[in-house]
Amino acid sequence: MQTVIYIAIMAGVTYLIRMLPIMVFRRKIKSQVVQSFLYYVPYAVLGAMTIPAVFYSTGSMAASAAGFAAAFAAAFFGRSLITVALAASAAAYAVMLIF
Amino acid sequence: MSSNTARADLLNGLKDSVPIGLGYLSVSFGVGILAVNSGLSVLTAVIISMTNLTSAGQVAGIGVIAAGGGYFEMALAQLIINLRYALMSLSLSQKLDGKFTVLSRLAVSFGITDEIFAVASGKSGEVSKHYMAGLISLPFAAWTLGTLLGGCAGEILPDRLKDALGIAIYGMFIAIFVPAARKAVGVLAVVLLSAAISCALRYIPVFSGVSQGFSIIICAVIAAGFGAVCFPKAEEGGGGS
Repeated sequence: MQTVIYIAIMAGVTYLIRMLPIMVFRRKIKSQVVQSFLYYVPYAVLGAMTIPAVFYSTGSMAASAAGFAAAFAAAFFGRSLITVALAASAAAYAVMLIF
Repeated sequence: MSSNTARADLLNGLKDSVPIGLGYLSVSFGVGILAVNSGLSVLTAVIISMTNLTSAGQVAGIGVIAAGGGYFEMALAQLIINLRYALMSLSLSQKLDGKFTVLSRLAVSFGITDEIFAVASGKSGEVSKHYMAGLISLPFAAWTLGTLLGGCAGEILPDRLKDALGIAIYGMFIAIFVPAARKAVGVLAVVLLSAAISCALRYIPVFSGVSQGFSIIICAVIAAGFGAVCFPKAEEGGGGS
């Protein structure tokens, strides 16, 4: 039951955010500061969600660090989402097999 | 609009959505694994994916559920993390053609994601509801299917492999912010600041009472606020991946 409430809150809030502006507003946001804030939010969220959580994501700090390094390198050289993700998993798995 | 145009628009939308669908299949696989690793059932994971259709918000939400966080914390975390969709929704509202009814607007707004918004925005001129229906339906199906597959894999795979796949979703996040940070110093500053605050909240004992959901909210507001003031964007941006 509690899970149902959690999901209802998640889905409800997320839908309202998407739905209200398209239904209500017809003009553009003019404030450069607000626009910039909204532009940066996803990157801030991803940075906070990834670090330091990524280092605890496999149960082994060494494996996670290897996965992070591999993902960082692949992303730095502009590889696709799926390639970067698989590089992270493969590196983490390799370290787990070695140690 | 004739039914021929409608069908052509639908097919165009489906065609444009294939790369998005393929990407979603793999990202949601990671979300499914993460959900099951966090103690959620496969069914719960799939329902979350079908009702939310967003990666970062779902990962944060799964974290809140796993930690037994509060309902207010859940709502606020979703609000902050998904706030960017409001800007996209606003921008998309200017791009819909005159044939949109209230019902079709309500339906299309559900499908606003970073990628779907980006593709719809990239179309020249206005977009029809049939095009949007095509553009949204395939990624939605892929997002649902990927979560199901990831959740099931999470239940049957050996522990080591499951653990290794658990890092995949973070790999996706890294794949989004690293190239962006490389291109724009503002993004780099925002990501570094956000990561630093995130570490501070996690490791400094005085903040040990701050839960994961609130931690993301605090990081996002401070770091994005810093970026908006110190590195304002010149052009109007959709943001996101």
